[in-house]
Amino acid sequence: MLDVGPGTAVRVRGMQPPGHIRTPHYLRGKAGVIERCLGLSGNPEQLAYGLPGASLPLYRVRFTMADIWGARAERPDDTLDAEIYGHWLEETV
Amino acid sequence: MATGWKKPSDMPHDHHDHLSSSGRPYRADNDAPLTYWQTMEIALRELLVEKGVTSQAEIASQIDAMDARSPADGARVVARAWSDPAFRDRLLHDASAASREMGFDIGALRLIAVENTGDVHNIIVCTLCSCYPRNLLGLSPDWYKTREYRSRVVIEPRRVLAEFGLTLPDTTTIRVHDSTADMRYIVIPARPSGTEHLNEAQLATLVTRDSMIGTAQARAPR
Repeated sequence: MLDVGPGTAVRVRGMQPPGHIRTPHYLRGKAGVIERCLGLSGNPEQLAYGLPGASLPLYRVRFTMADIWGARAERPDDTLDAEIYGHWLEETV
Repeated sequence: MATGWKKPSDMPHDHHDHLSSSGRPYRADNDAPLTYWQTMEIALRELLVEKGVTSQAEIASQIDAMDARSPADGARVVARAWSDPAFRDRLLHDASAASREMGFDIGALRLIAVENTGDVHNIIVCTLCSCYPRNLLGLSPDWYKTREYRSRVVIEPRRVLAEFGLTLPDTTTIRVHDSTADMRYIVIPARPSGTEHLNEAQLATLVTRDSMIGTAQARAPR
């Protein structure tokens, strides 16, 4: 499980699991930077089905519009922040 | 002029049942049968009441409490932040605690405040559904929940803002915030110039709902 601090470069995993997922499709596979750590939070993929949700670190990840949309970005260095659970992130180097 | 309204005499005869007896066009209302999910909601609510988990009175009082919340509450928080630098710091550090400190009953709301400055403009969306800090600001506007707003604002925020009447200079960085999980967001708009003489209550009147979502700036003083 990813356990990192602000400023860490990460990538959202490109997984396509079925079920109740809080990682938007448009961010899967995209690279960003941890903006802040939000502590532990119950896994919504389990909570949505009445299961006890495992405690997962929740992060705010900042992406540039260029990171997300590439050359189609309206303005490359505008940013988008989203909350992503730790099991959806991998550290990049 | 295309108003969509026709004099009864202009209406084709086979549409006469679309007019009320007064000759006005018929407006659709709750005419269709309940949908699957509406039926499910009623069934679940009645079961919860029957089993004593909640009561009709408790449900009604929660609806009253939610309806009593309004953007005016958020406006007071913003005006305090403009007037009191120490409060602004606490708000940016933990917006839930700062809102509770002002006496607002925000329940379990986990709030993050993001501040507009001379070169940064923030805007809030929930692309997955329609998450909104309603425990502070009350119910969200209808457009906030539309697929159009939710999908376009993450792709072309500048065009969306322009359609709201807000054109930002190229020197301003836009930060879009997608409420994908447990946090909710409020924008602290930039304090308008020419407001140095205003007190907190007067400042709060300049803070609109849309300025706390980020689709507008705070009002200029008269």
